[in-house]
Amino acid sequence: MVLGGGTGGTIAANRLRRTYGSGEAEIVVVDADDEHVYQPGLLFVPFGLADPGRLVRPRHRQLRPGISFREAGIDRVDLPADQVHLDDGTALGYDVLVIATGARLLPEETEGLTGPGWMDSVFTFYTPDGAAALRGALERFSGGRLVVNVVDMPVKCPVAPLEFCFLADRYFRRRGIRDRVQLSYVTPLDGAFTKPVCNRELSGLLTQRGIELVTEFNTGTVQGRGDGAGGPRLVSYDDREVPFDLAVVVPLHGGAAYVDRSPGLGDDLGFIPVDRHTLQATAKPNIFAIGDATDVPTSKAGSVAHFEGETVTSSIRAYLDGLPVTGDFDGHTNCFIETGGGKALLVDFNYDTEPLPGHYPARLGLPLLRESRLNHLGKLAFQQLYWHSLLPGRDLPGISAAMPLRGKTGLPDARVNGKTTRPGGKEAAGHSQAS
Amino acid sequence: MPDVTYDGQTVSVNDEGFFTDSAAWTEQMAPQIAKAEGIDHLTGRHWQVIRFMRHEYQAKGTGPTVRVLGKTSGVPVKELYQLFPKGPAKVAAKIAGIPKPRGCI
Repeated sequence: MVLGGGTGGTIAANRLRRTYGSGEAEIVVVDADDEHVYQPGLLFVPFGLADPGRLVRPRHRQLRPGISFREAGIDRVDLPADQVHLDDGTALGYDVLVIATGARLLPEETEGLTGPGWMDSVFTFYTPDGAAALRGALERFSGGRLVVNVVDMPVKCPVAPLEFCFLADRYFRRRGIRDRVQLSYVTPLDGAFTKPVCNRELSGLLTQRGIELVTEFNTGTVQGRGDGAGGPRLVSYDDREVPFDLAVVVPLHGGAAYVDRSPGLGDDLGFIPVDRHTLQATAKPNIFAIGDATDVPTSKAGSVAHFEGETVTSSIRAYLDGLPVTGDFDGHTNCFIETGGGKALLVDFNYDTEPLPGHYPARLGLPLLRESRLNHLGKLAFQQLYWHSLLPGRDLPGISAAMPLRGKTGLPDARVNGKTTRPGGKEAAGHSQAS
Repeated sequence: MPDVTYDGQTVSVNDEGFFTDSAAWTEQMAPQIAKAEGIDHLTGRHWQVIRFMRHEYQAKGTGPTVRVLGKTSGVPVKELYQLFPKGPAKVAAKIAGIPKPRGCI
C-alpha cells in the first residue's frame, strides 16, 4: 500500500508494478484527492510564465495499469495491526507500506501569517491558489519593498525562494520599475543557501541583482497590516523587524497530519525517520518512505524522490524475499536554479559531496554551478520528462541514481578514482544549520 | 582543533567552539561556557533546556532545532530566545557540550 500519489508515491508504485507481476502483488495508492500538481511549475505562475491549470493532471492517470487508486483521506496508521484507517471509516491491511505523503504547509503555526493581510499583502507561491493570487498582486505592485521570507527549514525545494527573487528582479526590470522596487531575501540560515559552495555562488548572484540578504532571521510574527507600532512587517523572535509592502512567505513545513495521529510513525515534525541508505522506516521493517515525507538529510525535491525510487523498490524486494535490506541511496540531489532572463544554474550533490563545478552528468553535459541558457532549457524540458519518464518510473538515459563524479572538477583526491560516490560511514551528512 | 579549559579540565572543541566529545562535558563546565556566550547566570529554565538538549542528543544523535525545542522542551520559542538571545539551539547545544544541531538542507 502506497500512501500518497505525488511524485514519490507514483514513482514507487509504478516501479513496484514493473517489479512484480499481477499475480505476485496487489498495489494500491491512497490519496485524499485526484490532483497531481507539477510543483516545480508553481514558481513561474506569479510571473505569468505558467498557467496553474496546466500544471495539474489526474493522479490515477499517472499510475500503470494494475495499480488501484483509492481516493480517501487517511486518518491514521495502526503500526502493530499493519492497518491504515481511512477517513471514511474503512481499515485496509497491508504487507508493506510506503509513505509518500510529502510535506504539508503549516502557515497557521506562525503568528499572524494567516491573519489580516493574508492573501492581500502576504502571499505564498507554494500552493496553486497562492501562486495565482500572487500573480495578481505582482501585477498591481507599482513600487515599494518586496520581501521574500523562509520561516524555517526544512522547506520543499530550498532554492525556490531564491529563484523567486531572481525572477522578481527580472520581472520588475521588464516592467521598467525595478528602480522603484526594493527586494530583500530574509532567511533563518546564515547564508543564502545551505551548502557553502552554493552559498558563495548564490550570494554573489543576489549582490549583482541588488537583492538585499538578511540572514539568521527567525520569523516570530508576520504583521500583515500596519498597527500602532508600525506598518506591515516581519518580526523575528529576537525582535528585529523587516518592513514590507508585499511579503512572499514560505511557511513552516511538517509531515502529513495523519502521521501525528499514528503513534511511533513520525518524528516531532511529522517526517518519517528512515535509514538514509535503504529508506526503511526505523519504526517497523515493513514500512518504507520516499520523497519529502522522509527525514533524510538532503533537499526535499522531486529529483531526490526520483533517485530514491530505485532504492525503495529494491529495499522492498529484499524485505519481501527475506533478504537483508542493504540499500545504497547516497542522497543524490540535483536542482536547476532559475536565475532569470532565460538562464539557470545546475547543482548536483549528495550526502557526502558538496555541489561541485564542472559538467553534468558527464564532461559534455550541462554546466554545473554556472549560469547558462542550456540549464534554463533543461529546466523547461524537465516538465515533459516529469510526466512521461520520471513518474512512469523509467530510468532516464545517462542519469543514474548514484551521484556521478565524472565531469566534476575540484574533487577531493580520495574520490577521483571512483566513477560514483559510495555511501559514507555513519557520520552525519550535510552542512549544519541551526540557530 | 583547539583545546579549551573548563572547570580545570582540558577539552577539545571545534572551530566554532562546540565539544568534539560530548562525554567530556560535566555540569560544572556549563556556567563557564555560558559566560563566554554572554549568559552570566544559568536559571532553572536554562537548565531545563540544557538537560533536554543532552537527552535528545543521546537519544537521536543530533540536538533539536529551535522549532523542535519549542514544540517539545516545554519552553516556548519566544522564551527560548529570551534565555539564549544569540540563537537558542546553537547556544544551548554549545553550553550542553553537544555538537551543533544538524538542521535541514
